Amino acid sequence: MEAVLDADNISIVFGGLRAVSDFNFSIREGELVGLIGPNGAGKTTVFNMLSGVYSPTSGEINFMGRDGRETRLNGLAPYQITKLGIARTFQNIRLYKQLSVLDNVRIAHHQNVKYNSLDAILRTKRFYTEETKIEAEARELLAIFGIDDKRAELASNLPYGQQRKLEIVRALATNPSLLLLDEPAAGMNPQETNALMDLIAFIRKKFNLTILLIEHDMSLVMGICERIVVLDYGKIISEGVPDVVRKDPLVIKAYLGQEAIESA
Amino acid sequence: MTTKLRNFIILAGLSVIALVAVSLLIYVGVIDEYTAQILTLAGVNVIVALSLNLITGFTGQLALGHAGFMAIGAYAAAICVMHFHLPLFASLILGAFVTAIFGFFIGFPTLKLSGDYLAIVTLGFGEIIRVIMVNLKDLTGGAAGLKGIPSFTKDLTLQPTLSFTWVIAAMILVIVVMHNLLHSSVGRAIISIREDEIAANSMGINVFYYKMLSFTLSAFIAGLGGGLYATFFGYLNPTMFNFLKSCDFVIIVVLGGMGSITGTVISGFVLTYLQEFLRIMQDYRLVIYPFILLLIMLFRPQGLMGSHEFRLTSVFGPRAKRTAGGKEGV
Repeated sequence: MEAVLDADNISIVFGGLRAVSDFNFSIREGELVGLIGPNGAGKTTVFNMLSGVYSPTSGEINFMGRDGRETRLNGLAPYQITKLGIARTFQNIRLYKQLSVLDNVRIAHHQNVKYNSLDAILRTKRFYTEETKIEAEARELLAIFGIDDKRAELASNLPYGQQRKLEIVRALATNPSLLLLDEPAAGMNPQETNALMDLIAFIRKKFNLTILLIEHDMSLVMGICERIVVLDYGKIISEGVPDVVRKDPLVIKAYLGQEAIESA
Repeated sequence: MTTKLRNFIILAGLSVIALVAVSLLIYVGVIDEYTAQILTLAGVNVIVALSLNLITGFTGQLALGHAGFMAIGAYAAAICVMHFHLPLFASLILGAFVTAIFGFFIGFPTLKLSGDYLAIVTLGFGEIIRVIMVNLKDLTGGAAGLKGIPSFTKDLTLQPTLSFTWVIAAMILVIVVMHNLLHSSVGRAIISIREDEIAANSMGINVFYYKMLSFTLSAFIAGLGGGLYATFFGYLNPTMFNFLKSCDFVIIVVLGGMGSITGTVISGFVLTYLQEFLRIMQDYRLVIYPFILLLIMLFRPQGLMGSHEFRLTSVFGPRAKRTAGGKEGV
């Protein structure tokens, strides 16, 4: 199978700090890969480079969209990358807090809207049919995550777990082929995490998604990821199926320190 | 579909009735000329304040030079009528277009940056425009100003009525355009920039494009307001468009509620009337007016309406419930 996303030796330098160095990574279509590592390892920086928030200092990122065309992502703005089919969520939730749940999702539909400003001002038929369609689609997505009944609520009034879900819904509304989830289970209890695992598996199948996720919750990572990449100090220290990574001494050292291995 | 039609008929009917009724009252003299003038001036203020609300309240980019845009629109329209003898209607539109072009060129380098750069640049721009107006003596009459700008009609007895009708009709048009635009995908894109620029960008919204769209449209509307002001007032002078004038619009927007069209309309009328009403206090009004503003800000920091809208027709289905607070203050 072909790689959907291919990061070739990417590095990024902030002043004197090399946050990520020589990151080599590729993900195949339909794969579900976990990106783990201790705090400050550079996981979110990798996400920021893949989604266009940062441009890598060196190296190249290539992405193959659903239409089979390959595009170089270096230097593209986030909105252009989203248009190609990469959507993301944020570690520190970035919802439009003062807008309704439904509006949060409808905004993400923006790039697929087929009417222009003039249609909106004159309220043409095209405006109404498109708006009806957008609302139906948005509500369908919300229903999958069980928050359709909260659609009129302000996003900031949702409980934390549902805010995380809403971020995923919003990302899905951009109609991506590759989904980047930054700590989707942060702040959730074990039951919620379990439910989220099922949901991720479900949407992956339903929307034919390739997923890359950052997570600290090991039960989630080990439970659903087919492959895991471990990052420490901006470098990949281990890569492979969950069982192999779990036993890798380098990974244990990164998480628990040298003593943990010696005493074991 | 029927509800949509019903709402449309209610709103269109009410606006026409209100416009015609008040115009008639002015015509027969129930509303005296002085009050009519205040109402017309309030209409102009509301138009410019709405344009400021578009960029500051809805897009979240603070602009402090809207008197400058108003000046461009006013002088451009007046010059079109007086020097080039264009019809009034065409001059007003042309004036607005000229202002939009200025808005475009100011926005282009500034809106690429995020933060308060727009506030600083528009502040400087407003002052520069004023100085240019003073020095372009041949075209603008310099510091002495531009006299004898033709009004909406030559008939002196009809002037107050027609000024009011034209200005308020334009105001209603601006409200409809802004409302329709903001309650669409374009408007949601604009509002999402205010809420979270990074998230908006990641959701596929071309942030720079929509900031430019909003700012250029804002300049266009402010220019239109300026043109109407010139025609209604009949006299222009660069000192009319100083920094304090820009502040007036910021006050109207903040007091009405950032991100509320109806809030701006209400506070525009109330504040314009209040300023005139306080004239009986003579110089004390300079103390009392700020004092009233202080009180309102103290007890309603989110403005009269917050970011809510006052609706005559009940709108069905889920509707964005927005509360203010937590937005950047001015």
